[in-house]
Amino acid sequence: MAKMAKVFVTLKRGVLDPQGSAVARSLRSLGYEEVADVRLGKYIEVSLRDGASNEDERKRIDEMCKRLLANTVIEDYRIEL
Amino acid sequence: MRIGIVTFPGSNCDHDVYHVVKHTCGAEARYVWHKDRLPAGMDAVVLPGGFSYGDYLRCGALARFSPVMEDVVAFAKSGGPVLGICNGFQILCESGLLPGVLMRNSSLKFLCQDVLIEVQGKETPVTRSLSGERLRMPVAHAEGNYFADGGTLDRLEGEGLVVFRYVGGAPNGSSRDIAGIAGGPRRNVVGLMPHPERASEVVLGCQDGRRLFESLLG
Repeated sequence: MAKMAKVFVTLKRGVLDPQGSAVARSLRSLGYEEVADVRLGKYIEVSLRDGASNEDERKRIDEMCKRLLANTVIEDYRIEL
Repeated sequence: MRIGIVTFPGSNCDHDVYHVVKHTCGAEARYVWHKDRLPAGMDAVVLPGGFSYGDYLRCGALARFSPVMEDVVAFAKSGGPVLGICNGFQILCESGLLPGVLMRNSSLKFLCQDVLIEVQGKETPVTRSLSGERLRMPVAHAEGNYFADGGTLDRLEGEGLVVFRYVGGAPNGSSRDIAGIAGGPRRNVVGLMPHPERASEVVLGCQDGRRLFESLLG
């Protein structure tokens, strides 16, 4: 089965997330008073071709994140391989 | 003066800029398709507003990989004037020609309204002799909330690179009410969220935006 990298892109702590705040307010208005905060992010699946070299896979995914998938001025990312 | 206007898939203000440069200001304007190279002999380049690549992933994130951008970056780094308007500003930030990023408006709403901006900082190709002037023009964006870390903001202010600021507070939540900034080796790269090309003729109710183009065209 082809390998897949899961990339989670989230806003850095300290960067305001107005979308998350709006969702948190909506949840509270639905009666979920326990909601303290919501942060929205992106989940990206990157499928890799069979036979791609294993060695620098993580390095290359990391490079993809830095160059395109995340904007590191405001976003952090986490890779699951 | 020959102005190159880049058309990306999803650009929608390229014709407006072309019209203002050519018909209102009487200069030479030329469309440059994003897959082509930048023709030789351009005196300035405009990255117009719109929704390049449908704003996929992040606004401006994909446009920077268009073939023409390699030439635009080289042109900017050699001191050539580059003006990014709205989505063009977002592209300049994503391509690293300007620092920071344009985030979702703090109100989460698409903003379409006139704003008053003040010309500040050091002179740039589009703000010659305009320092201290207050200009009215429209904004039309959902992601115009300028963000950079504190150190970067301090550097921009210290070096006179904050060249446009919203008067009476930013409608979109921008850090320090920033509407536009300059960069590049000679402050030759300028990006702003408001649309000067939509306020360049009497028939449109305001000609303030035309002053930026007249400055650029010398």
